[in-house]
Amino acid sequence: MLDIQAVLSGQRLALARLLTQIENQTAAGEQALAELFPHTGRAHLIGVTGAPGTGKSSLVNQLALHYRKDPQPKKIAILAVDPSSPFSGGAVLGDRIRMSALTGDTGVFIRSMATRGSLGGLAQTTAGLVQAFDAAGFDIILIETVGAGQSEVDIARLAHTTLVVEAPGLGDDIQAIKAGILEIADILVVNKADRAGVENTERALRSMLQLAHPGQRVFRHHGQTMEVATPEGEAETLWLPPIQRTVAADGSGLPELLAHIASHRTHLETSGDLARRERARLAAELDLRLQQALVARWQAGLTNGEYEQALAALAARHISPQAAVRQLLDHGKE
Amino acid sequence: MTEQKIRVIVAKPGLDGHDRGAKVVARALRDAGMEVIYTGLRQTPEMIAEAALQEDADAVGLSILSGAHMALVPRILALLEANGQSDVKLFIGGIVPDDDVPRLKEMGVAGIYGPGTSTELIVNDIRAAVLGRG
Repeated sequence: MLDIQAVLSGQRLALARLLTQIENQTAAGEQALAELFPHTGRAHLIGVTGAPGTGKSSLVNQLALHYRKDPQPKKIAILAVDPSSPFSGGAVLGDRIRMSALTGDTGVFIRSMATRGSLGGLAQTTAGLVQAFDAAGFDIILIETVGAGQSEVDIARLAHTTLVVEAPGLGDDIQAIKAGILEIADILVVNKADRAGVENTERALRSMLQLAHPGQRVFRHHGQTMEVATPEGEAETLWLPPIQRTVAADGSGLPELLAHIASHRTHLETSGDLARRERARLAAELDLRLQQALVARWQAGLTNGEYEQALAALAARHISPQAAVRQLLDHGKE
Repeated sequence: MTEQKIRVIVAKPGLDGHDRGAKVVARALRDAGMEVIYTGLRQTPEMIAEAALQEDADAVGLSILSGAHMALVPRILALLEANGQSDVKLFIGGIVPDDDVPRLKEMGVAGIYGPGTSTELIVNDIRAAVLGRG
């Protein structure tokens, strides 16, 4: 039903329809993903995350514009994720508003997606859509997460390079970047850098980084400042996230940001991190699919009403959840 | 696990900057469980058709208050068709003189809504038109 060849040869409508099938998790979409898999693994996946209002969409727009200005322009796919309503399941996806400048360029493909109940900052099928873009020959895939607070860190598992976007004046300097989100940053971007307070934001980020990264670890010991040396051999393989100021409204700082992204890519390749990340990502996908398949197989072996009986016994507190699991699993075997 | 969502582009073509109506409709569609891709102000027919293509939209809703509908609508319909998307349903909200309504419907516009229309009617029409496609 889905035309894989059309997707591979770059037909945009075929790709758009495939993305819908993957997003709806149809059998045809799953089949297409399986067939496209050998064609994946070439694109550079760049995640862009950060609190709402830090300018993620505008920054993604500028990144795409700059990549297209290159003498050998790269094909860019943008996947912008916004939240679904927990009540109606509907969504208003507004990231395209900031990306009008990319219209008419057939080397750019923008797709909006809703989280559809997923909580980690991405949708459950985001990785699948990324694979489709990868197979369709896009060189760079920019993935914009929902406005993320502190724990929406799924993007770090999916992307090769994760940009965490901050902006001056969002309450306390450090509110949005406590645990979690700062740790996943490969590059920190201080956007809206023409605003007052940019020095404070950058200083706060820098001091957090120095605590987080062993390469620059400094201790105070009996009132003396002492530096702890980085273990031998680790220095070359260690990536210290740079902090880059940008103004996405006018493109300031973008050439420098592109250079940081390029050197991170080089670092990933030379340090072996790229292969490690890819393996971890595939392991996670394999585990998830195995879980789903095992549950489906087990459900198929259940007799009618067995689950409901166990649930009723559980609700009446006749058996424990642990005993209910044992009972249901044993029955599935017979 | 299959989930079918109606995806609707809401766009404001032309040069007037009053987008309250478009936002009210976008919100109503969201509350009806649809996924609305809101593209914002001053959209050209090319931008709207490109968004409909990339987003694989089921329907496009245009908010037009400028009186330019007789120029914009045929252009957008032609672009949708050229992209292989003649099955995308087009709806218009805003100020459309009664005389133009039959001509727009003849061109293939699925629904035209003036001031005071209930959002419930728009939601129901879009759902019926999208689900009724062959």
